[in-house]
Amino acid sequence: MTTIITNKSVSGATADQTAKKAVYETKQLNLWYGSNHALKNIDLEIMENEVTAIIGPSGCGKSTYIKTLNRMVELVTSVKTSGEILYRGRNIFDQDYGVEELRTRVGMVFQKPNPFPKSIYDNVAYGPRIHGIKNKKILDEIVEKSLRGAAIWDEVKDRLNENAYSISGGQQQRICIARALAIEPDVILMDEPTSALDPISTLKVEELVQELKKDYSIIIVTHNMQQAARISDKTAFFLNGEVVEFDHTDTIFSNPSDKRTEDYISGRFG
Amino acid sequence: MSLREKFEFELNSAQEQLIDLSTMAVNALNKSMEALVNQDVDAALEVIEDDKDINQLEEFINDRVILLIAKQSPVATDLRRLIVTIKVASDMERVGDYAVNIAKETIRIGNQELLPQIAQIQQMQKLAVAMLRQVIDAFVEEDIVKAKEIAELDDQVDELYGDVIRKLMLAGGGNPERLSQITQLAFISRYMERSADHATNIAEQLFYLVRGQHYDLNK
Repeated sequence: MTTIITNKSVSGATADQTAKKAVYETKQLNLWYGSNHALKNIDLEIMENEVTAIIGPSGCGKSTYIKTLNRMVELVTSVKTSGEILYRGRNIFDQDYGVEELRTRVGMVFQKPNPFPKSIYDNVAYGPRIHGIKNKKILDEIVEKSLRGAAIWDEVKDRLNENAYSISGGQQQRICIARALAIEPDVILMDEPTSALDPISTLKVEELVQELKKDYSIIIVTHNMQQAARISDKTAFFLNGEVVEFDHTDTIFSNPSDKRTEDYISGRFG
Repeated sequence: MSLREKFEFELNSAQEQLIDLSTMAVNALNKSMEALVNQDVDAALEVIEDDKDINQLEEFINDRVILLIAKQSPVATDLRRLIVTIKVASDMERVGDYAVNIAKETIRIGNQELLPQIAQIQQMQKLAVAMLRQVIDAFVEEDIVKAKEIAELDDQVDELYGDVIRKLMLAGGGNPERLSQITQLAFISRYMERSADHATNIAEQLFYLVRGQHYDLNK
Protein backbone atom coordinates (compact mmCIF):
# COMPACT_ATOMS: atom_id res chain seq x y z
CA MET A 1 0.00 0.00 0.00
CA THR A 2 1.17 3.50 -0.74
CA THR A 3 0.52 6.42 1.54
CA ILE A 4 1.09 10.05 0.76
CA ILE A 5 2.57 12.17 3.48
CA THR A 6 1.31 15.66 2.79
CA ASN A 7 3.37 18.67 3.70
CA LYS A 8 0.32 20.88 4.30
CA SER A 9 0.60 20.56 8.04
CA VAL A 10 4.29 21.45 7.85
CA SER A 11 3.73 24.83 6.25
CA GLY A 12 0.76 25.61 8.49
CA ALA A 13 -0.42 27.91 5.75
CA THR A 14 -4.01 26.81 5.87
CA ALA A 15 -4.45 27.57 9.57
CA ASP A 16 -3.42 31.23 9.54
CA GLN A 17 -5.16 31.82 6.23
CA THR A 18 -8.59 31.99 7.84
CA ALA A 19 -7.61 34.78 10.24
CA LYS A 20 -6.24 37.07 7.52
CA LYS A 21 -8.32 39.42 5.43
CA ALA A 22 -7.90 40.23 1.77
CA VAL A 23 -6.46 43.68 1.20
CA TYR A 24 -6.94 43.54 -2.55
CA GLU A 25 -9.33 41.42 -4.55
CA THR A 26 -8.77 41.62 -8.27
CA LYS A 27 -11.66 40.27 -10.29
CA GLN A 28 -11.51 39.67 -14.02
CA LEU A 29 -9.22 42.61 -14.58
CA ASN A 30 -8.39 43.42 -18.19
CA LEU A 31 -6.20 46.28 -19.29
CA TRP A 32 -5.33 47.63 -22.70
CA TYR A 33 -2.67 50.13 -23.76
CA GLY A 34 -4.40 51.26 -26.93
CA SER A 35 -4.91 47.98 -28.80
CA ASN A 36 -2.33 46.09 -26.76
CA HIS A 37 -4.12 43.76 -24.36
CA ALA A 38 -1.62 43.94 -21.47
CA LEU A 39 -3.58 42.25 -18.65
CA LYS A 40 -6.01 39.43 -19.32
CA ASN A 41 -8.71 38.26 -16.90
CA ILE A 42 -6.60 38.67 -13.78
CA ASP A 43 -8.08 37.15 -10.62
CA LEU A 44 -5.89 37.61 -7.57
CA GLU A 45 -6.56 37.88 -3.90
CA ILE A 46 -3.84 39.61 -1.92
CA MET A 47 -3.89 39.06 1.82
CA GLU A 48 -2.99 41.57 4.50
CA ASN A 49 0.31 41.34 6.37
CA GLU A 50 1.79 39.15 3.71
CA VAL A 51 4.47 39.67 1.13
CA THR A 52 3.15 38.85 -2.31
CA ALA A 53 5.77 38.52 -5.02
CA ILE A 54 4.96 39.04 -8.67
CA ILE A 55 7.35 37.34 -11.04
CA GLY A 56 7.49 36.85 -14.79
CA PRO A 57 9.56 37.72 -17.83
CA SER A 58 9.87 41.29 -19.13
CA GLY A 59 6.68 42.54 -20.72
CA CYS A 60 4.44 40.02 -18.94
CA GLY A 61 2.36 42.73 -17.27
CA LYS A 62 3.65 42.52 -13.72
CA SER A 63 4.61 46.21 -13.41
CA THR A 64 1.42 47.21 -15.16
CA TYR A 65 -0.51 45.17 -12.61
CA ILE A 66 1.00 46.79 -9.53
CA LYS A 67 0.68 50.25 -11.08
CA THR A 68 -3.00 49.48 -11.50
CA LEU A 69 -3.32 48.82 -7.77
CA ASN A 70 -2.74 52.53 -7.02
CA ARG A 71 -4.17 53.66 -10.35
CA MET A 72 -0.83 55.08 -11.39
CA VAL A 73 -1.27 53.31 -14.70
CA GLU A 74 -3.90 55.92 -15.57
CA LEU A 75 -1.08 58.39 -16.20
CA VAL A 76 -0.77 56.64 -19.56
CA THR A 77 -3.46 58.30 -21.65
CA SER A 78 -4.38 55.36 -23.87
CA VAL A 79 -5.16 53.02 -20.97
CA LYS A 80 -8.50 51.26 -20.81
CA THR A 81 -9.58 48.78 -18.12
CA SER A 82 -12.43 46.43 -17.35
CA GLY A 83 -13.16 44.32 -14.30
CA GLU A 84 -12.75 45.24 -10.66
CA ILE A 85 -10.06 45.80 -8.11
CA LEU A 86 -11.50 45.87 -4.63
CA TYR A 87 -9.26 47.55 -2.08
CA ARG A 88 -10.57 46.74 1.38
CA GLY A 89 -13.86 45.82 -0.23
CA ARG A 90 -14.33 48.93 -2.41
CA ASN A 91 -13.81 49.05 -6.16
CA ILE A 92 -10.97 51.50 -6.84
CA PHE A 93 -12.40 52.16 -10.31
CA ASP A 94 -15.63 53.57 -8.86
CA GLN A 95 -16.21 57.09 -10.14
CA ASP A 96 -16.41 58.57 -6.67
CA TYR A 97 -13.26 56.83 -5.45
CA GLY A 98 -10.66 59.53 -4.89
CA VAL A 99 -7.28 58.61 -6.31
CA GLU A 100 -5.50 60.75 -3.67
CA GLU A 101 -7.21 58.83 -0.91
CA LEU A 102 -6.12 55.56 -2.53
CA ARG A 103 -2.50 56.68 -2.88
CA THR A 104 -2.44 57.80 0.75
CA ARG A 105 -3.29 54.24 1.73
CA VAL A 106 -1.03 52.63 -0.87
CA GLY A 107 2.61 53.72 -0.96
CA MET A 108 5.03 52.87 -3.72
CA VAL A 109 8.75 52.30 -4.02
CA PHE A 110 10.36 52.20 -7.44
CA GLN A 111 13.18 50.39 -9.15
CA LYS A 112 15.64 53.25 -8.96
CA PRO A 113 15.85 55.26 -5.75
CA ASN A 114 14.11 58.55 -6.52
CA PRO A 115 14.53 60.86 -3.56
CA PHE A 116 13.57 64.51 -4.03
CA PRO A 117 16.54 66.90 -4.37
CA LYS A 118 16.00 67.96 -0.79
CA SER A 119 17.39 67.10 2.61
CA ILE A 120 16.85 63.64 4.06
CA TYR A 121 14.48 65.19 6.60
CA ASP A 122 12.43 67.04 4.00
CA ASN A 123 12.12 63.92 1.85
CA VAL A 124 10.48 62.01 4.68
CA ALA A 125 8.45 64.98 5.94
CA TYR A 126 7.17 65.73 2.44
CA GLY A 127 4.05 63.55 2.56
CA PRO A 128 2.93 64.52 6.08
CA ARG A 129 3.42 68.24 5.23
CA ILE A 130 1.24 67.84 2.14
CA HIS A 131 -1.36 66.33 4.43
CA GLY A 132 -1.24 69.51 6.48
CA ILE A 133 1.03 68.60 9.35
CA LYS A 134 3.06 71.70 10.23
CA ASN A 135 3.95 71.09 13.87
CA LYS A 136 7.74 70.63 13.99
CA LYS A 137 7.61 68.28 16.95
CA ILE A 138 5.09 65.99 15.28
CA LEU A 139 7.07 66.07 12.04
CA ASP A 140 10.27 65.22 13.93
CA GLU A 141 8.51 62.23 15.44
CA ILE A 142 7.15 61.04 12.10
CA VAL A 143 10.57 61.41 10.43
CA GLU A 144 12.34 59.46 13.16
CA LYS A 145 9.68 56.75 13.27
CA SER A 146 9.70 56.37 9.49
CA LEU A 147 13.48 56.28 9.24
CA ARG A 148 13.61 53.73 12.03
CA GLY A 149 10.90 51.74 10.26
CA ALA A 150 13.01 51.75 7.13
CA ALA A 151 16.06 50.56 9.10
CA ILE A 152 18.15 53.60 8.24
CA TRP A 153 17.78 55.88 11.27
CA ASP A 154 21.14 54.98 12.80
CA GLU A 155 22.91 55.63 9.51
CA VAL A 156 21.46 59.10 8.91
CA LYS A 157 20.33 60.51 12.27
CA ASP A 158 23.33 62.87 12.41
CA ARG A 159 22.95 64.12 8.86
CA LEU A 160 19.23 64.69 8.45
CA ASN A 161 19.83 68.06 6.84
CA GLU A 162 22.15 66.74 4.19
CA ASN A 163 20.88 66.36 0.67
CA ALA A 164 19.41 62.90 0.06
CA TYR A 165 21.57 62.60 -3.04
CA SER A 166 24.70 62.59 -0.88
CA ILE A 167 24.08 59.11 0.50
CA SER A 168 24.54 55.72 -1.21
CA GLY A 169 21.99 54.16 -3.55
CA GLY A 170 21.04 51.53 -0.99
CA GLN A 171 20.50 54.25 1.62
CA GLN A 172 18.54 56.38 -0.84
CA GLN A 173 16.22 53.44 -1.48
CA ARG A 174 15.57 53.05 2.22
CA ILE A 175 14.92 56.83 2.43
CA CYS A 176 12.30 56.29 -0.28
CA ILE A 177 10.81 53.48 1.79
CA ALA A 178 10.83 55.80 4.84
CA ARG A 179 9.10 58.44 2.71
CA ALA A 180 6.42 55.89 1.83
CA LEU A 181 6.04 54.90 5.50
CA ALA A 182 5.69 58.54 6.65
CA ILE A 183 2.10 58.75 5.43
CA GLU A 184 1.30 55.54 7.32
CA PRO A 185 0.04 53.55 4.38
CA ASP A 186 -1.76 50.23 4.53
CA VAL A 187 -0.04 48.70 1.51
CA ILE A 188 3.42 49.18 0.05
CA LEU A 189 3.95 48.43 -3.63
CA MET A 190 7.53 47.75 -4.60
CA ASP A 191 8.55 47.65 -8.24
CA GLU A 192 11.92 45.85 -8.39
CA PRO A 193 13.16 47.79 -5.36
CA THR A 194 16.59 46.16 -5.20
CA SER A 195 17.49 45.76 -8.86
CA ALA A 196 19.77 48.82 -8.74
CA LEU A 197 21.35 47.91 -5.38
CA ASP A 198 24.48 46.02 -4.36
CA PRO A 199 24.09 42.68 -2.51
CA ILE A 200 24.50 44.16 0.98
CA SER A 201 21.93 46.90 0.39
CA THR A 202 19.68 44.28 -1.22
CA LEU A 203 19.90 42.13 1.89
CA LYS A 204 19.04 45.14 4.06
CA VAL A 205 15.96 45.92 2.00
CA GLU A 206 14.94 42.23 2.03
CA GLU A 207 15.26 42.11 5.82
CA LEU A 208 13.31 45.33 6.02
CA VAL A 209 10.49 43.82 3.96
CA GLN A 210 10.28 40.97 6.47
CA GLU A 211 9.99 43.51 9.29
CA LEU A 212 7.47 45.69 7.47
CA LYS A 213 5.01 42.91 6.75
CA LYS A 214 4.06 42.85 10.44
CA ASP A 215 2.39 46.22 9.94
CA TYR A 216 1.86 46.49 6.20
CA SER A 217 0.85 44.40 3.23
CA ILE A 218 3.57 44.30 0.64
CA ILE A 219 3.38 43.56 -3.05
CA ILE A 220 6.74 43.27 -4.72
CA VAL A 221 7.64 42.88 -8.37
CA THR A 222 10.99 41.19 -8.73
CA HIS A 223 13.16 39.69 -11.42
CA ASN A 224 15.22 37.96 -8.79
CA MET A 225 13.78 34.47 -8.33
CA GLN A 226 15.76 33.81 -5.18
CA GLN A 227 14.53 37.06 -3.72
CA ALA A 228 10.92 36.07 -4.34
CA ALA A 229 11.66 32.66 -2.80
CA ARG A 230 13.37 34.20 0.23
CA ILE A 231 11.03 36.98 1.19
CA SER A 232 7.51 36.33 -0.06
CA ASP A 233 4.61 34.35 1.36
CA LYS A 234 2.79 34.01 -1.95
CA THR A 235 4.00 34.25 -5.50
CA ALA A 236 2.10 35.04 -8.66
CA PHE A 237 3.67 34.05 -11.95
CA PHE A 238 2.61 36.32 -14.82
CA LEU A 239 3.11 35.41 -18.47
CA ASN A 240 1.84 37.33 -21.50
CA GLY A 241 -0.55 39.34 -19.37
CA GLU A 242 -2.07 36.34 -17.61
CA VAL A 243 -1.62 34.85 -14.17
CA VAL A 244 -0.35 31.35 -14.90
CA GLU A 245 -0.04 30.30 -11.28
CA PHE A 246 -0.63 31.89 -7.89
CA ASP A 247 0.21 29.91 -4.80
CA HIS A 248 2.24 29.74 -1.63
CA THR A 249 5.84 30.62 -2.43
CA ASP A 250 6.99 27.31 -0.93
CA THR A 251 4.84 25.45 -3.45
CA ILE A 252 5.80 27.62 -6.41
CA PHE A 253 9.50 27.05 -5.81
CA SER A 254 9.40 23.40 -4.80
CA ASN A 255 6.57 21.85 -6.74
CA PRO A 256 4.74 24.23 -9.09
CA SER A 257 1.68 22.81 -10.79
CA ASP A 258 2.13 24.45 -14.19
CA LYS A 259 5.02 23.47 -16.41
CA ARG A 260 5.44 27.06 -17.62
CA THR A 261 6.05 28.17 -14.03
CA GLU A 262 8.61 25.42 -13.56
CA ASP A 263 10.36 26.34 -16.80
CA TYR A 264 10.49 30.01 -15.86
CA ILE A 265 11.71 29.66 -12.28
CA SER A 266 14.35 27.14 -13.27
CA GLY A 267 15.65 29.45 -15.99
CA ARG A 268 14.46 27.55 -19.06
CA PHE A 269 13.00 30.70 -20.60
CA GLY A 270 12.47 34.37 -19.87
CA MET B 1 27.07 25.78 -24.72
CA SER B 2 24.73 28.20 -22.99
CA LEU B 3 24.76 28.43 -19.19
CA ARG B 4 21.48 26.57 -19.03
CA GLU B 5 22.81 23.82 -21.32
CA LYS B 6 25.91 23.52 -19.14
CA PHE B 7 23.70 23.09 -16.11
CA GLU B 8 21.64 20.41 -17.88
CA PHE B 9 24.85 18.69 -18.92
CA GLU B 10 26.17 18.66 -15.34
CA LEU B 11 22.81 17.44 -14.06
CA ASN B 12 22.79 14.59 -16.60
CA SER B 13 26.40 13.70 -15.89
CA ALA B 14 25.68 13.41 -12.16
CA GLN B 15 22.73 11.19 -13.04
CA GLU B 16 24.87 8.97 -15.30
CA GLN B 17 27.47 8.60 -12.58
CA LEU B 18 24.72 7.63 -10.17
CA ILE B 19 23.71 4.84 -12.56
CA ASP B 20 27.37 3.73 -12.72
CA LEU B 21 27.58 3.74 -8.93
CA SER B 22 24.37 1.71 -8.69
CA THR B 23 25.62 -0.86 -11.18
CA MET B 24 28.89 -1.19 -9.28
CA ALA B 25 27.06 -1.67 -5.96
CA VAL B 26 24.70 -4.31 -7.39
CA ASN B 27 27.62 -6.15 -9.02
CA ALA B 28 29.45 -6.12 -5.69
CA LEU B 29 26.44 -7.63 -3.94
CA ASN B 30 26.25 -10.36 -6.59
CA LYS B 31 29.94 -11.05 -6.43
CA SER B 32 29.99 -11.26 -2.63
CA MET B 33 27.24 -13.87 -2.73
CA GLU B 34 29.06 -15.86 -5.44
CA ALA B 35 32.20 -15.74 -3.32
CA LEU B 36 30.25 -17.09 -0.36
CA VAL B 37 28.59 -19.92 -2.24
CA ASN B 38 31.84 -20.90 -4.01
CA GLN B 39 33.80 -20.30 -0.79
CA ASP B 40 36.17 -18.21 -2.88
CA VAL B 41 38.27 -16.08 -0.52
CA ASP B 42 40.12 -14.33 -3.37
CA ALA B 43 36.85 -13.12 -4.86
CA ALA B 44 35.75 -11.93 -1.40
CA LEU B 45 38.98 -9.95 -1.07
CA GLU B 46 38.32 -8.35 -4.46
CA VAL B 47 34.88 -7.20 -3.30
CA ILE B 48 36.51 -5.51 -0.29
CA GLU B 49 39.13 -3.87 -2.48
CA ASP B 50 36.65 -2.68 -5.14
CA ASP B 51 34.49 -0.95 -2.52
CA LYS B 52 37.02 1.90 -2.46
CA ASP B 53 35.93 2.82 -5.99
CA ILE B 54 32.27 2.83 -4.94
CA ASN B 55 33.03 5.11 -1.98
CA GLN B 56 35.09 7.42 -4.13
CA LEU B 57 32.40 7.71 -6.78
CA GLU B 58 29.78 8.51 -4.13
CA GLU B 59 31.96 11.32 -2.79
CA PHE B 60 32.54 12.59 -6.31
CA ILE B 61 28.79 12.66 -7.03
CA ASN B 62 28.10 14.46 -3.75
CA ASP B 63 30.74 17.11 -4.45
CA ARG B 64 29.39 17.63 -7.93
CA VAL B 65 25.83 18.06 -6.67
CA ILE B 66 26.88 20.43 -3.86
CA LEU B 67 28.73 22.59 -6.36
CA LEU B 68 25.69 22.70 -8.64
CA ILE B 69 23.43 23.73 -5.76
CA ALA B 70 25.90 26.40 -4.67
CA LYS B 71 26.42 27.84 -8.14
CA GLN B 72 23.09 27.40 -9.87
CA SER B 73 20.48 27.84 -7.12
CA PRO B 74 18.26 25.15 -8.64
CA VAL B 75 14.54 25.04 -7.81
CA ALA B 76 11.58 22.69 -8.20
CA THR B 77 12.31 19.50 -10.20
CA ASP B 78 15.97 20.42 -10.71
CA LEU B 79 16.46 20.82 -6.98
CA ARG B 80 14.57 17.62 -6.19
CA ARG B 81 16.67 15.74 -8.73
CA LEU B 82 19.88 16.89 -7.09
CA ILE B 83 18.72 16.11 -3.55
CA VAL B 84 17.45 12.70 -4.68
CA THR B 85 20.77 12.04 -6.44
CA ILE B 86 22.65 12.53 -3.16
CA LYS B 87 20.22 10.32 -1.25
CA VAL B 88 20.20 7.50 -3.80
CA ALA B 89 24.01 7.62 -4.02
CA SER B 90 24.09 7.17 -0.24
CA ASP B 91 21.68 4.19 -0.45
CA MET B 92 23.76 2.55 -3.16
CA GLU B 93 27.02 3.16 -1.32
CA ARG B 94 25.43 1.39 1.64
CA VAL B 95 24.57 -1.61 -0.55
CA GLY B 96 28.28 -1.68 -1.48
CA ASP B 97 29.11 -1.76 2.24
CA TYR B 98 26.81 -4.73 2.77
CA ALA B 99 28.66 -6.55 -0.03
CA VAL B 100 31.89 -5.86 1.88
CA ASN B 101 30.35 -7.19 5.10
CA ILE B 102 29.26 -10.37 3.31
CA ALA B 103 32.76 -10.74 1.85
CA LYS B 104 34.24 -10.47 5.36
CA GLU B 105 31.85 -13.12 6.69
CA THR B 106 32.81 -15.31 3.71
CA ILE B 107 36.46 -15.05 4.70
CA ARG B 108 35.57 -15.98 8.30
CA ILE B 109 33.56 -19.00 7.18
CA GLY B 110 36.51 -20.11 5.05
CA ASN B 111 36.04 -23.71 3.90
CA GLN B 112 33.67 -24.95 6.59
CA GLU B 113 30.83 -26.94 5.09
CA LEU B 114 27.97 -24.51 4.39
CA LEU B 115 24.64 -25.00 6.15
CA PRO B 116 21.66 -25.77 3.86
CA GLN B 117 19.98 -22.44 4.73
CA ILE B 118 22.37 -20.89 2.23
CA ALA B 119 19.86 -21.80 -0.51
CA GLN B 120 17.23 -19.48 0.97
CA ILE B 121 19.77 -16.71 1.45
CA GLN B 122 20.58 -17.08 -2.24
CA GLN B 123 16.89 -16.64 -2.99
CA MET B 124 16.89 -13.46 -0.90
CA GLN B 125 19.92 -12.24 -2.81
CA LYS B 126 18.24 -12.87 -6.18
CA LEU B 127 15.19 -10.90 -5.07
CA ALA B 128 17.26 -8.04 -3.59
CA VAL B 129 19.34 -7.78 -6.75
CA ALA B 130 16.21 -7.89 -8.93
CA MET B 131 14.72 -5.08 -6.83
CA LEU B 132 17.86 -2.97 -7.09
CA ARG B 133 18.08 -3.51 -10.86
CA GLN B 134 14.41 -2.72 -11.29
CA VAL B 135 14.69 0.45 -9.24
CA ILE B 136 17.65 1.59 -11.34
CA ASP B 137 15.58 1.02 -14.49
CA ALA B 138 12.60 2.79 -12.94
CA PHE B 139 14.90 5.66 -12.06
CA VAL B 140 16.26 5.99 -15.58
CA GLU B 141 12.77 5.85 -17.06
CA GLU B 142 11.21 7.85 -14.19
CA ASP B 143 8.62 5.09 -14.07
CA ILE B 144 6.78 5.23 -10.75
CA VAL B 145 4.60 2.22 -11.58
CA LYS B 146 7.72 0.10 -11.78
CA ALA B 147 8.96 1.69 -8.57
CA LYS B 148 5.78 0.73 -6.76
CA GLU B 149 6.13 -2.95 -7.70
CA ILE B 150 9.39 -2.99 -5.77
CA ALA B 151 7.55 -2.64 -2.48
CA GLU B 152 5.74 -5.91 -3.19
CA LEU B 153 9.02 -7.72 -3.82
CA ASP B 154 10.29 -6.34 -0.54
CA ASP B 155 7.49 -8.14 1.30
CA GLN B 156 8.78 -11.43 -0.15
CA VAL B 157 12.32 -10.64 1.01
CA ASP B 158 11.06 -9.86 4.52
CA GLU B 159 9.16 -13.15 4.64
CA LEU B 160 12.21 -15.12 3.53
CA TYR B 161 14.32 -13.29 6.08
CA GLY B 162 12.00 -14.27 8.93
CA ASP B 163 12.02 -17.85 7.73
CA VAL B 164 15.81 -18.06 7.34
CA ILE B 165 16.37 -16.67 10.84
CA ARG B 166 13.91 -19.15 12.35
CA LYS B 167 15.59 -22.07 10.58
CA LEU B 168 19.05 -20.90 11.52
CA MET B 169 18.06 -20.67 15.17
CA LEU B 170 16.88 -24.27 15.03
CA ALA B 171 19.91 -25.47 13.03
CA GLY B 172 22.26 -25.37 16.01
CA GLY B 173 20.90 -28.63 17.36
CA GLY B 174 23.25 -28.54 20.32
CA ASN B 175 26.29 -28.44 18.05
CA PRO B 176 28.47 -25.54 19.29
CA GLU B 177 30.76 -25.73 16.23
CA ARG B 178 27.90 -24.65 14.03
CA LEU B 179 27.13 -21.58 16.11
CA SER B 180 29.63 -19.26 14.48
CA GLN B 181 28.41 -20.07 10.96
CA ILE B 182 24.82 -19.69 12.09
CA THR B 183 25.65 -16.21 13.38
CA GLN B 184 27.50 -15.34 10.17
CA LEU B 185 24.66 -16.53 7.93
CA ALA B 186 22.15 -14.66 10.10
CA PHE B 187 24.17 -11.47 9.54
CA ILE B 188 24.41 -12.14 5.81
CA SER B 189 20.66 -12.62 5.52
CA ARG B 190 20.24 -9.37 7.45
CA TYR B 191 22.49 -7.56 4.94
CA MET B 192 20.37 -8.92 2.09
CA GLU B 193 17.20 -7.78 3.80
CA ARG B 194 18.69 -4.31 4.33
CA SER B 195 19.84 -4.12 0.69
CA ALA B 196 16.25 -4.77 -0.37
CA ASP B 197 15.10 -2.00 2.00
CA HIS B 198 17.47 0.40 0.30
CA ALA B 199 15.85 -0.49 -3.03
CA THR B 200 12.51 0.49 -1.46
CA ASN B 201 14.01 3.75 -0.17
CA ILE B 202 15.18 4.56 -3.66
CA ALA B 203 11.72 3.81 -5.04
CA GLU B 204 10.30 6.31 -2.54
CA GLN B 205 12.86 8.86 -3.66
CA LEU B 206 11.72 8.34 -7.24
CA PHE B 207 8.15 9.14 -6.18
CA TYR B 208 9.43 12.32 -4.54
CA LEU B 209 11.38 13.26 -7.66
CA VAL B 210 8.45 12.75 -10.00
CA ARG B 211 5.54 13.90 -7.83
CA GLY B 212 7.18 16.22 -5.31
CA GLN B 213 5.43 14.36 -2.50
CA HIS B 214 6.64 11.94 0.13
CA TYR B 215 5.43 8.36 -0.13
CA ASP B 216 5.87 5.54 2.34
CA LEU B 217 6.06 2.34 0.31
CA ASN B 218 6.55 0.18 3.39
CA LYS B 219 3.01 0.56 4.63
